[in-house]
Amino acid sequence: MCRLALKTASDPFSPYSVLTAMEAMQEGYDGSGLGLLLRGLNFADYGYRSGDPILSGIAHTEAAMHRLNGFMQNNGFELKYDHEFDTDLREIEAKDRFKYFLQVYKLPTAWSNFDQEEIEKHLMLTRLALRKDGEEHGDDLTVFSLWPDVAMIKEVGWPLAVGDALGLNDGRIKARVCMAQGRQNTNWGINLYACHPFFIQGIGSMTNGENTAFLPIKEWLLGMKEPGYLGYQSDSEVFTHILHYALKKLKLPLEAYKHIITPLNTKELAAHPQGDFLRGLRDVCRRLIIDGPNCVIASLPDETCMMVMDRKKMRPGTVGGKPGEWAMASEMCGVDAMIPDRDRSQDFQPMREHTVIVPPDRKELKIWSQLDPYPLTHAA
Amino acid sequence: MVATRSLSVNPRSLTYHDLPWIVQHREDRCTLCGRCTSVCPTGAIYLTYRRQRLPKMALNTSERGNSFRTFVGIRQHTDLGHRCIGCGMCAMACPNEAIGPQPNANDERAKFLDTEKGEPAKRGGRRNSRESILDQIIFNRISMLTDPALDAGRHEFYMNTLLGRVLPPEEYLRRQAAGEWIPPTREIFPFIIGSMSFGALSPNMWLGLLQGVAYLNEVMGIPVVMATGEGGCPPWVLRSPFLKYIILQIASGYFGWDEIIRALPEMQCDPAAIEIKYGQGAKPGDGGLLMWFKVSKLIARLRGVPQGVDLPSPPVHQTLYSIEESVMKMIQTMSTAWNFRVPVYPKISGSTSAKSVLNNLVRNPYASALLIDGIDGGTGAAYNVSMDATGHHIASNLRECYLDLAAQGKQNEIPLFAAGGVGKNGNVTQNGMALIMLGASGVHMGKYIMQAAAGCLGSERNRCNVCNIGICPKGITSQDPKLYRRLDPDTVAQRVVDTFMAIDTEMKKIMAPLGRSQSLPIGMSDAIGIADAAAAERLKIRYIC
Repeated sequence: MCRLALKTASDPFSPYSVLTAMEAMQEGYDGSGLGLLLRGLNFADYGYRSGDPILSGIAHTEAAMHRLNGFMQNNGFELKYDHEFDTDLREIEAKDRFKYFLQVYKLPTAWSNFDQEEIEKHLMLTRLALRKDGEEHGDDLTVFSLWPDVAMIKEVGWPLAVGDALGLNDGRIKARVCMAQGRQNTNWGINLYACHPFFIQGIGSMTNGENTAFLPIKEWLLGMKEPGYLGYQSDSEVFTHILHYALKKLKLPLEAYKHIITPLNTKELAAHPQGDFLRGLRDVCRRLIIDGPNCVIASLPDETCMMVMDRKKMRPGTVGGKPGEWAMASEMCGVDAMIPDRDRSQDFQPMREHTVIVPPDRKELKIWSQLDPYPLTHAA
Repeated sequence: MVATRSLSVNPRSLTYHDLPWIVQHREDRCTLCGRCTSVCPTGAIYLTYRRQRLPKMALNTSERGNSFRTFVGIRQHTDLGHRCIGCGMCAMACPNEAIGPQPNANDERAKFLDTEKGEPAKRGGRRNSRESILDQIIFNRISMLTDPALDAGRHEFYMNTLLGRVLPPEEYLRRQAAGEWIPPTREIFPFIIGSMSFGALSPNMWLGLLQGVAYLNEVMGIPVVMATGEGGCPPWVLRSPFLKYIILQIASGYFGWDEIIRALPEMQCDPAAIEIKYGQGAKPGDGGLLMWFKVSKLIARLRGVPQGVDLPSPPVHQTLYSIEESVMKMIQTMSTAWNFRVPVYPKISGSTSAKSVLNNLVRNPYASALLIDGIDGGTGAAYNVSMDATGHHIASNLRECYLDLAAQGKQNEIPLFAAGGVGKNGNVTQNGMALIMLGASGVHMGKYIMQAAAGCLGSERNRCNVCNIGICPKGITSQDPKLYRRLDPDTVAQRVVDTFMAIDTEMKKIMAPLGRSQSLPIGMSDAIGIADAAAAERLKIRYIC
C-alpha cells in the first residue's frame, strides 16, 4: 500500500524532512518508488521570480537532454536557471539516468498576448509534447511538470535513499508545500509515470488504496478528448484529472470535488438544502464516482491543500499541525514525524463526508462536510 | 402384410411418437379420478375404455374361444390441435404420480406438419434455445491485493440506476444558472419488469405484479418499475399514485392510449417513463399481436375494440416515414403530453443497425434512453420463424452500442437498457450484471418474472409456450376467468418481492468482491471474462481459461 505525506508551512522547509517522516511509515511501502511535488519554491542559488514556469523531469540520455534544450529554445522558452542536483547516480537503482532536470524558464515572448487560460493551456501542451517526444524515442525523456512554482521528482527506490542520491538534504531547495508518496508497486509495472503525485495544470494529487471504478472513469475522461487526460498508467491518475475537471473545466469550488467523487445518497440529498442541485450534479458526473478504498491528498496552485476519503472510509488519513504548519498523512505516525510539536488532541481524521482544507494562509484547518450547505450560486 | 387402405393413415397422420411431448401414464397407479384430463389445457389426454381380447387356448376345439377384459386408461391425442405441450399440469394435478409428459427423444415429425390451412406455426413464450453467452460470463476482477474485501451483508450499497437523458456536466451547470429545462431522470432499480401488456397478462397477474412493485418501492425501499407493454393499463391504475412505478408503452397500434389520454387530467402523479416500441427482440419487424382468444370484454374496453377479434399492431408506426422522423416526432409529442417531466425513450429490437438508431438519439435532446431487446426476448405471440431465427443477440449488440457511445464520450448521456434472455436459464442477477458491466444501465426481464413470480411453466425446451392462445394453465397469460382465478395476486406479489430481494442480495454478492458498492458498475468491463476467445474478442473483454 502506498504511503502519503504532505506538509505545508508558511516558512519554506527542506523536502528531506518529509522524506525522513516517510521512514516512520515504512512498513507500508516496498521501496518501489518515490514521488515528490514541491510548491512555493525557494532556491539557495537563485532568486525565483513567481510566474516563471519550471520544467522538471528526467533525461535518460545525453541526446534526450539535447533534444529537450533544443525543443524549449525553438519554442521560445528562455532558460533562466538550471538547478544542478548534487546527484550520486550510483545510489540510484535504475541505470538509465543521465540528468534530473529542474529548469526555470521565461515564458516565450510570443505568448505575451495570451490570457491566463491560454498560457495554462500552452504550458500543458508543451509538457505533453515533450512527454510524447520521449515516448517516441524509447522513453528516453520523462517530463513530470511544467508550471510556475512547481517541481516534481519521481524515482524508483527507497524514498530516503532517493533523497540522499539527489542531495535533497543539502538545503539548496526548500518549499512551502511538499507532497511525498512512498510507493508500493501493486498491479502496475514500475513506470515513472505511474508514480504519484500526478499533475495537470497546477493541480497535483496523490492517493493510496485501489480505485476499483478505474476503468469506467478512465473511459469517460478519455471520451472528453481533453489533451491532458492521458496516461493512466496508474488507477490513481484519474483522481487528479477529476479534480482538474471540477475546478478548471466546470469551474466549481473545491467543495464540489467531494460531491462529485463520493456523492451523497438520495436520502441525504433529500434533506440537503441544495439537494436538487447536488442530485443533478451527481447524475451528470455519475461516471466519476469513485469506489475506493482511497484517501486522496491534493494541493492547488494557490497552495491550498486538502484531503478527502472514499465514502466507505476504508483508508485512514490524519491531519494535524498548528497555525502556519500543517501535515497530512495516510498514517498518524507520519503526521507525528512531520510536526511533532503540535497539539495532538487537535488532530483530525476526516470521516466519509468530510473535506479537510488547509487554506493558503495556513491559519487553521477548514473541515467541510458534504451535509453542510453548498457554497455556490450554482445551487441558488 | 395388411392392405394399406385398411390403415387409417394419410399425410397428416401422426402417432404419439411424432409429437414433441409424450404422455407417460402408469395404469397401475391411476385411480381414474379424471383430474389430469380436466386440467389439461389443450385437451391432449382423454379417458378411454378399451377392450382386451383374451384368447382361450385349449386342445379341444370346442373349448377354444375368446373372453374379453374391459379396462380404462388415459390416452394422448395425436392431432396437432390437441397435442401435449409438456406443461405438466397433469402431473401437478395427479394425486398418485401416475402421469406426466416426457420430451420426445426421437425426431419430431409433427414439426413438418404444423402448417395447417397454410398457416405457419405460431407460439408464445421464448426462442427455445438454452444457449446463453451471458451465462458464460464470470466476474473475475476480485479485489484481493489492496482492499479489505467488502462485506455484502454489512456495507452500504448504492445500486440504483438512472433512466432519463443526462446532460453533459458543463451544460447542466449552464442550464441551472440560466434556469432552463433540465431533462427528467428517474432513479430506479436496474432490474426492470419488462413490457408485458395488460392484454397479454391476466388481470390477476397484472395486479400481483403491481402490488409487488408497490410493496418493493414503499416498504422495502427498492425502486423497481414495471413496463406495461402495448395496451395501456386499467383506468384505476392510471388515476392512482402507483402510476409512478409504471412505464407506459406506446406501440404501433396505439392500443390503450384513448384511455390514457382521457385519464391525463386526473392523474395524481406522472408515470415513470414512456416507452415507444419500434421493435421487439423476439419478433423483429412484426407488430404486437393479441390473438382473439384473449380479447375479453375488459381488454376490448381498454383497447377500444370489439370483443373477440385479433388485434395485430402494424410492424411500423404507419403515420411516419422513417425511424429518425418517427423518433423525433413521437418523443416530442409524448414529452409534451406530460410537459417534459417524463422520460421518453424508444425500444428497438436488437439489430446490426442499432448503432444508427442510437447515434440518431444522441443528437435528439429529448431522447431519454435506448432499450435494445435481443433475440432471446419473449413474446405473447409470434410466428416460430420470427422467434427462432430473426433478431440479434443482446450481448454483442449492446456492447458495440456502448463502445460507440464511449468513443464519443456520451456514455453517461443516453442510458442503454438491455433485454432479451436475461435470466433465461435462471441466472438472472448474473446475466443482468454481466450486461451492466458490458455497458447497460439496466436490464428488462419478462419471462423470468413470469417464471419466478407466477410459476410460469414455460421453458427453453419448448415446454408449454402457449401464451398466445389464452389457455395458460397457470392463469398468467389468460383472459379466461376460470383459468386466471387459479392465480392468487397476493401470492404473485409476495413472489415479486422475494425475487427482487434475492436479486438485490445477489447484486451485492457480485459487487462486493469487485470492491464496488457506491455506484452501479456500468461498463466495468475489466471485471468480467469469458472462456470463449471469439466472444471475448467480440465483446472486448478478457479471455480466461
